[in-house]
Amino acid sequence: MTLLLALRSLRNRRATAVLTIAAIAISVTLLLGVEKLRTAARDGFANTVSGVDLIVGARSGQLNLLLYSVFRVGDATANVTWESYQRIAKHPDVAWTIPLSLGDSHRGFRVLGTTTAYFEHYRFAGDRPIVFAEGRVFNDLYDAVIGADVAEQLAYTLGQPVVIAHGTGRVSFTEHGDKPFRIVGILERTGTPIDRTVHVSLEAITAIHVDWQGGMQAPAGARVSAEEARERDLTPESITAFMVGMKSRVMTFTMQRAINEYRQEPLMAVMPGVALSQLWNLVGIADTALRIVAAFVVLAGLLGMLTAILTSLNERRREMAILRSVGARPRHVFALLITEAGILASSGVMVGVGLTYGAIFAAQPLLERRFGIFLQPGGLSGYDVMLLTGIVLAALLMGAVPAWRAYRNSLSDGLTIRV
Amino acid sequence: MTDRAVAIDARELTFAWPGKARLIDIERFTLHRAERVFLRGPSGSGKSTLLSLLGGVLQPSGGEIHLLGKAINEMSAGERDRFRGEQIGFIFQMFNLIPYLDVVENVMLPGRFSKLREQRIIGEPVAEAKRLLAAIGLNDPALLSRPVTELSIGQQQRVAAARALYGKPGLIIADEPTSSLDQDARENFLTLLMDECRAQGASLLFVSHDTQLGARFDRVVALKDINRAATDATGESLA
Repeated sequence: MTLLLALRSLRNRRATAVLTIAAIAISVTLLLGVEKLRTAARDGFANTVSGVDLIVGARSGQLNLLLYSVFRVGDATANVTWESYQRIAKHPDVAWTIPLSLGDSHRGFRVLGTTTAYFEHYRFAGDRPIVFAEGRVFNDLYDAVIGADVAEQLAYTLGQPVVIAHGTGRVSFTEHGDKPFRIVGILERTGTPIDRTVHVSLEAITAIHVDWQGGMQAPAGARVSAEEARERDLTPESITAFMVGMKSRVMTFTMQRAINEYRQEPLMAVMPGVALSQLWNLVGIADTALRIVAAFVVLAGLLGMLTAILTSLNERRREMAILRSVGARPRHVFALLITEAGILASSGVMVGVGLTYGAIFAAQPLLERRFGIFLQPGGLSGYDVMLLTGIVLAALLMGAVPAWRAYRNSLSDGLTIRV
Repeated sequence: MTDRAVAIDARELTFAWPGKARLIDIERFTLHRAERVFLRGPSGSGKSTLLSLLGGVLQPSGGEIHLLGKAINEMSAGERDRFRGEQIGFIFQMFNLIPYLDVVENVMLPGRFSKLREQRIIGEPVAEAKRLLAAIGLNDPALLSRPVTELSIGQQQRVAAARALYGKPGLIIADEPTSSLDQDARENFLTLLMDECRAQGASLLFVSHDTQLGARFDRVVALKDINRAATDATGESLA
C-alpha cells in the first residue's frame, strides 16, 4: 500500500525522480566500473605469468627484473652470461629454463629472443599454455612468431617479411635491414604482454648483431650477410634473463638462495608471485584513490536524492495532512518517505548495474586491445552485491531524515492544512 | 455509561498549547446520531483546534470527548488515528485530493488505511466509489478518468465528499467545504451531501461562517457561544 502510494507520488514528480535516479545510476556505474576494472586489472596482472618458479636476471631490483622480463617494460641494467645460464640450466633440480634476450624492437613492439621451451613451458591465467592461432614455432634462423596484437595492429599475415630495429624505442633509426625475418606463426590472444611481442630464436638475436660493435653496425666492408651469419657459431655470449621451472616446487627457495649467493656473477632470482603482488601493492595506491573518488560520487548522488526529497516536503505538507485525515498514522507518513528513498535508490542501483554492463560490452574490445585488460561481464561478485546493498541501505538511512521531518510535520500540522 | 445514540459528546473540554492561553474551553457540546449540525465558526473562534481535537489529532488538556460511544481522549495516539480512519469522514475547504491518484482512487483512499471502512462496503469497492460519486453529482465517466488536478473546484469538493462518505463512517466533519463554491454550486453540493448523509445514517458536523446555509440544518451552534476561550479576530478574549 505504502509502496503503491510512494510509486504514484514519485510518478507525479517524475522529472525530479528521473534526475535523482539518473544521478544515483551514474554514481553506481562509476563505482561498479571501478570495481570491475580493478578486479580485471588485478586478475590480468596476476595472470601474466604462471607455472614459472623463478625469474633470474642480473642483480638489480626485484620489480625491475619482473617489469622487463615479464611486462616488457624498461630495460635490464646488465646481462647474464651464457656460462652462468648454462650452469643453472643444467642443475639437477631444474626441470626446464626459458632464456630471454631483449633489446630490439619492431615498430614499437618488443622483440624477444628465446627458445621453443618458451612456447612449451610458459603459462598464463592459471594454467593456460600459449596457443598458435596460425602457423608454427620458429625453426629457421630468420623465423618470427608474433603475438595477437602485433598481427592485428600491423595487419600481418603468415609469410610476411619483417625487419627488426635496433633498440627499443617506438621510432628507430638503425635497423637490422640486412637480415629480414619471415612470420611463421601468429599466437592466440592471451591478454598478457605476449600479445605485444615478436618472438625469434635466441640464435637470431646473435645473428643480427654478429657484425655489430658497441651499438653500431660495422662499416660496409666488414659486414656479415644473412646467409654468412648462418655459418657462424651463434651461441650467445649473454642473455637478458631467464625463467626457471623446478622439478619440485619445494626446491625453489633453495635454488633462489643459491642463485642470489652465486659468486661468479651478481645474479638475482625472484619468485614471480611474490614480485607480482609487490608490484600490485605499488599500483594499488592509485586503485584505492579511484575507489575513494567513486565512493564520494555515490555519496553525492545520495545527497542529491536527499535534497530532492527534502525540498519536496514543504509542498507536500497538504498531501500528508490529507493522508492523516483519512486515517494514515504518522508512521505511515514516515514509511511513505522512506519507501520513496528506497525506490529512488534501488531504481538508481538497477539502472546503474544496467549501464555498467552496457558499458562493459561496449568498451571491452577496446580495453582488451589497448590495455590487455579482459573485463569479465559475468555476474555481480559478492562484494559488488554488498556494495549495492550498502548503497540502498545508506539511502534508506538518509531517507530517514526527510521521513522524520515529515513525521514531525504531520504531528504538528494534524489535519489543519496550511498552503 | 456513554450514550451510543450520541455521535459527539464533549464535556468540560479544554485545550491549550503548553505555556499558552486556553484556546478551547467548552462545557458541553453534543451531536446526536444522524443529526446535522451547522457550527458557525469564524476565524479565531478555535475552530481548527476543535476539529483537531474531534479528529483525535490533538489530545485535550482536560475534559472528555466521546465519539459514537467511544472516549477518544482515553485512547493512545495510534488508536485515535485508527478510530479517525474508521469512523470519521473529513471534507476540507479546498485541495482535498491527492494529486497523483485518480478520482476513484482518491475516493477509495480511506479503505487503504482502514480495513473496517472497506469491510462495510457491500459489493465491489470500485463500484461503491462510483456509486458515491454519482450520488454526489459526478456521473460523467469522462470526468472519472481525468487527473484530479484538472477538475474544477466544485468537482474536487464532490470527490472529497464522496471520499468522506466512503465506507460509511458514523460522522462526517465538513470544514468550510462550500466556501470556494459559487451560490448555485453551494446549494446543490449541500443538498447532495445531506441526502447521502441521511441515506447512510451518518451524522454531519458542518462548519462554516456562511450563516445563510444554516437554515437547512437540524440545529445551528455558534462556536463562540459555546467556547468560553474564544477570541475575536484581534485576539482579544470575548469571555
